[in-house]
Amino acid sequence: MSSTALDRPLKTTPLSEAHVALGARMVEFAGYSMPVQYPDGVMKEHLWTRENAGLFDVSHMGQARLRGADPFAAFEALTPGDFSGLKPGKQRYSLLLNDDGGIIDDLMAARPISPDGTGDDGLFVVVNGACKENDFEVIGRTLAGQVTIQRLEDRALLALQGPKAAQVLAAHVPEAAGMAFMDARALTGFGVDLIVSRTGYTGEDGYEISVPGEAATRIWNTLLADERVRPIGLGARDSLRLEAGLPLYGHDLDEATSPVEGGLNFALSKRRREAGDFPGADRILRELADGPTRVRVGLNILEGAPAREGAEVADERGAVVGVVTSGGFSPSLRQAIALAFVPPALAQPGTPLKVLVRGKAQAAEVTATPFVPHRYVRKP
Amino acid sequence: MRFTKDHEWVVLEGDVATIGISAFAAEQLGDVVFVEVPEVGKTVKAGDPFAVVESVKAASDVYAPISGEVVESNDELASSPGTVNAAPEASGWFAKVRVSDPSEIEKLMDRAAYEAFLATQ
Repeated sequence: MSSTALDRPLKTTPLSEAHVALGARMVEFAGYSMPVQYPDGVMKEHLWTRENAGLFDVSHMGQARLRGADPFAAFEALTPGDFSGLKPGKQRYSLLLNDDGGIIDDLMAARPISPDGTGDDGLFVVVNGACKENDFEVIGRTLAGQVTIQRLEDRALLALQGPKAAQVLAAHVPEAAGMAFMDARALTGFGVDLIVSRTGYTGEDGYEISVPGEAATRIWNTLLADERVRPIGLGARDSLRLEAGLPLYGHDLDEATSPVEGGLNFALSKRRREAGDFPGADRILRELADGPTRVRVGLNILEGAPAREGAEVADERGAVVGVVTSGGFSPSLRQAIALAFVPPALAQPGTPLKVLVRGKAQAAEVTATPFVPHRYVRKP
Repeated sequence: MRFTKDHEWVVLEGDVATIGISAFAAEQLGDVVFVEVPEVGKTVKAGDPFAVVESVKAASDVYAPISGEVVESNDELASSPGTVNAAPEASGWFAKVRVSDPSEIEKLMDRAAYEAFLATQ
């Protein structure tokens, strides 16, 4: 058994003291001291979220508003999404792309509005915590003169996820119940201004809620006072997103990986494909036409130990053909699962493969993702 | 029962040592989902990686607290890894080792010393 001590000062979120008071085990993540688990532990927290409602602090993520004459059209210079066509009140998943078609980060970008249609205030973006400094530098440099960036570092970000999330939030913010998956609203709730989107990173129904930092602890405690809600750490956040087949930047996606390789063709809008006007379009359009050399797949690990990030993937003859980029034990399925990159010829569900864990070749099989079905609410 | 600073325990009966991980270690790991125990016949040296215990989130090495030859492994853990959480210092044992130098156990902490060590962690 070994452990790693923290050896440098870490940033904290407005909820840091609340986590410690709940008995959280705090670890470094993206330069922040963050709760990896509470006394319930990863397994119980995971299953609670699938059955009830889990509350997550994701305030390490980068929130900002991009404003300008047309920040939506401007944002298309860095992304393959249709942001000119983003309707008020809607949100999209998208990617910051480099000139080689690799992924600088994945993100959510929204145009939140109030229920009365007012409040349209540029493009609200949420990016990964570990990437945020670089992301905003790239956006600022590339879109200089077209957009101004207001980073919302005084705001916290909560995620409320699970089949009971909607009932829980409706008691405090009634307008949230009428939102559909990927809707974004500027709402008043808990006596403060909120930016609410019906989305998340677990595959469940739920919300991400941007709140003023000074109100974060009060809102956190108010939500936790509901017996349907328990606090969930980053450990279960990772196992939940893995079961949902959702990639994690820095592990399953990086600057060398294209959206086509990453299984993210849905983020390449039809209009942008036809125009071919996004960074790395040459490579990405070629991969769409001819197929990429490798592609992200899901693996069921049929025997032995969990195959974790870095484990090699071999074909049935034992030749190494790919690598696991995320892997672990699925609490819902009670078996090991993984995301891996393999050649397209070996990417069909049902294809038998091997994963190499500590020198042992273990049977695995390509499977469709998500491993656990998504339960998004598209028609509230 | 003697303990290491890496949170393994040893009980020596004759020249056979039963080895596992402490209740503290099991609690820190959380729900154990997989255990890889050493093969019978393997020679192990004190301080070397000896077994692997995995939670939902991560794999952790378990180090041999004492040198010798593995004479029995707890194969029950393959089908019930949760035994490590339920009874870490009893039926959740990992392996039995025929020790090459019984005096090595004198270097390990007794429970009072281990608990004092935990208080410093």
